[in-house]
Amino acid sequence: MQAPSPFLSADNLACRRGERLLFRKLSLRLEAGAACHVTGANGAGKTTLIRALAGLTTPYAGSVTREGALALLGERTGLDPDLPLARALAFWFALDGVADSAAMMARLRLQALAEVPVRYLSTGQQKRAALARVLGQNAPVWLLDEPLSGLDTASQGLVSELVRTHCAGGGIALIASHQPLDVPGMTSFAIEDFAPADAEEEA
Amino acid sequence: MILALLRRDLGQFFPFTGSGAALPVVFFVAVAMLFPFAVGPDANLMLKTGGGVVWIAALLAAILPLEKLVARDIALGFFDQLRLRGVTEEAMMAVRLVAHWLSFGPPLLLATFPAAALLKIEGETFDILLLGLLAGTPGLAAIGLMIAALTASLRAGAALSGLLLIPLALPILIFGAGALARQDPASLGFVGAISLGLVAIAPFAAGAAIRATREQ
Repeated sequence: MQAPSPFLSADNLACRRGERLLFRKLSLRLEAGAACHVTGANGAGKTTLIRALAGLTTPYAGSVTREGALALLGERTGLDPDLPLARALAFWFALDGVADSAAMMARLRLQALAEVPVRYLSTGQQKRAALARVLGQNAPVWLLDEPLSGLDTASQGLVSELVRTHCAGGGIALIASHQPLDVPGMTSFAIEDFAPADAEEEA
Repeated sequence: MILALLRRDLGQFFPFTGSGAALPVVFFVAVAMLFPFAVGPDANLMLKTGGGVVWIAALLAAILPLEKLVARDIALGFFDQLRLRGVTEEAMMAVRLVAHWLSFGPPLLLATFPAAALLKIEGETFDILLLGLLAGTPGLAAIGLMIAALTASLRAGAALSGLLLIPLALPILIFGAGALARQDPASLGFVGAISLGLVAIAPFAAGAAIRATREQ
């Protein structure tokens, strides 16, 4: 039996942070193979959108529907800071049924860091480690929050390549970033386009 | 998946493998050691009050691990990642409760042997004390977990959790230490019942608290 085709869709979504309405009337639908780039200034609501799409928070209005498992790359890595990187990743790899964890780490050029405790890794290295975790999850839907921040040029190219491969294989990727990504056919929107007008906010 | 989670949680909290997790047990024995110095080595007085001291030491030792119990994994995004894999917050907290108790209950029971020797607690009194702690520590662990989850997002959470645990632990203390004073093991049944009730509600209360921290 074939698994149903993955999709991610948001209908008339509105989210608040504290008392402030960040965006409203945001609808999107991503089908298999689609990549979408969300741009916006700091604090415009990119992370809030991602967490709402992930189902971690309840949106103020509207709804999110999704088919297929979901992998999230956020500002938090989910890796135990006291453990060596290989062991911290091994926990998630074991949950996600990754057979060849060494190959997974090699794809993100992490082999040399295997024995280094996670808390000693730099921002960029931690980001790469979190990407390895996302990759190991083998989920059709990727939500990546600022995947490029803290990465050097070579690693930024690597992220673009991972997203290209993922989407070419029928995966869905939604990427929130203020930096450009090199992914052909990627759609893009600015979250500010959905910000409420001032008059609306008063009401 | 639950087993992998339990193994990971135990690795975090177990004495000597986790980060400084042996501290509660050391603290517990230290209190038992200091008490005879403070009140003088009167064997009669010791036999009367020693059990109560052990109970108070156990209660205070239960406060020490709370700081790291939940807040750290919220900051790590650990619970978020588990949620995405379909693990409910209640299951995460049930596993954490088991890991928390295993990492401080049995070590505390073992430490009761030297502590009781220091306080000259012997015979039936010792049996009641040990049984009482066995029945009471799961309840203390459950209260601790709920408080740790509720205060996880507060800046002064660690200090507050100590203050919150003490009044909530009073029923366990009253029946547990009361059994010693009256030499009556029957009231240990109450300790067990309170513990069971707390253990039953803790995963739900703590799970709801974890969900609530996401909405901030």
